[in-house]
Amino acid sequence: MRFGLSIGLMSLAGAAALAFAAVASPAEDFKAAYAKAEAASQQAASLKTQWTTTVATLHAAQDAAKASKYDDAVSLAHQAEALAQASIAQAREQASAWKDGVIR
Amino acid sequence: MLRKVLIIGAIVLGGAQVACADDAVDPKAEFKAFRDYFVGRFPKVPFDDFVNGPYSMDEGLRKQWKDIEEFPPYEFAVDKGKEMFAKPFANGKTYADCFPNQGIGIRQNFPYFDAKSGQVITLELALNQCREANGEKPLDYVKDDMAALTAYMAFTSRGKRFDIKIPDDPRALAAYRKGEEYFYTRRGQLNFSCASCHVQSAGNHIRTEVLAPALGIMAAMPIYRSEWGAMGTTSRRFTTCNSQVRAVPLPPQDELYRDVEYFLTYMGNGLPVSGPGARP
Repeated sequence: MRFGLSIGLMSLAGAAALAFAAVASPAEDFKAAYAKAEAASQQAASLKTQWTTTVATLHAAQDAAKASKYDDAVSLAHQAEALAQASIAQAREQASAWKDGVIR
Repeated sequence: MLRKVLIIGAIVLGGAQVACADDAVDPKAEFKAFRDYFVGRFPKVPFDDFVNGPYSMDEGLRKQWKDIEEFPPYEFAVDKGKEMFAKPFANGKTYADCFPNQGIGIRQNFPYFDAKSGQVITLELALNQCREANGEKPLDYVKDDMAALTAYMAFTSRGKRFDIKIPDDPRALAAYRKGEEYFYTRRGQLNFSCASCHVQSAGNHIRTEVLAPALGIMAAMPIYRSEWGAMGTTSRRFTTCNSQVRAVPLPPQDELYRDVEYFLTYMGNGLPVSGPGARP
């Protein structure tokens, strides 16, 4: 009986912990997504291939997070990361492709 | 076996030759190809008219240009620039003391490669270097005073033909090459290069505007743009172009922008200075 009670209490504690984690996760999710986006954006900037839309989307993600709209913020951070990665891919492709356009 | 080795060797060497030819910098050959391309593409445009950009493209636009020249919107900038140019710095010297021929009629020689610093010196940069050498604060590169000063200096050089030199110095060739690379490199979310508009689409409409050919595009700088409602320098033109294709612009007078100006102005060698200009 006592053993059953302990199990019950532990289950309750576990459920409470999970619930707490679920409440805390949107902000954490945003932080993680934003960090990845910012790293990609910084790489793009160092390659001088930054897009204005990447910068604007990063700002929008921050604004959404400040307004506690974490779903939007995470989505915008993912968008910003995708934009930054696309600009990096563009720079890598253009490193040699620019020569194709030269008037000869 | 030996035959196979020789064939593979020939392929490798052949490939290397192509790569070398591709990477070789030959400004004279590229200058000729560049000019021939535009002259061939727009056979009805008199050569010197390329300096008028979009207004050179057809008779109607040429008429618009003549009308604009009746009351040119850049006139105030020329007057202001003249005044600024003559006004002594706090130490009593003037801009004229920093330039050959007292700064009059020299626009056609800018930008140039400076062997001492190993970099391209544009007129805008030279003006700020002059100010700083005389204890004055540098001007904003984008508009207002800098646009007025360069407008005046261009005005005193009107009709003189561009004569940009690329000395036999690997650093000068590298600067030319970097400028060329920047000009042809696609950037921004719209994936446009400078050449996308001013080579491939020159003479076409983009919304209501006609895109200027790259040949002679530097000759009218600085310009009054109706879109800006004000004068703007070459720096302003470059940064705006980058923003318009959704690329984060470089800082004004960044080394790469100066290299682009070097490349593009060299391509316009032989054309007359027409600045300051006016554009839609």
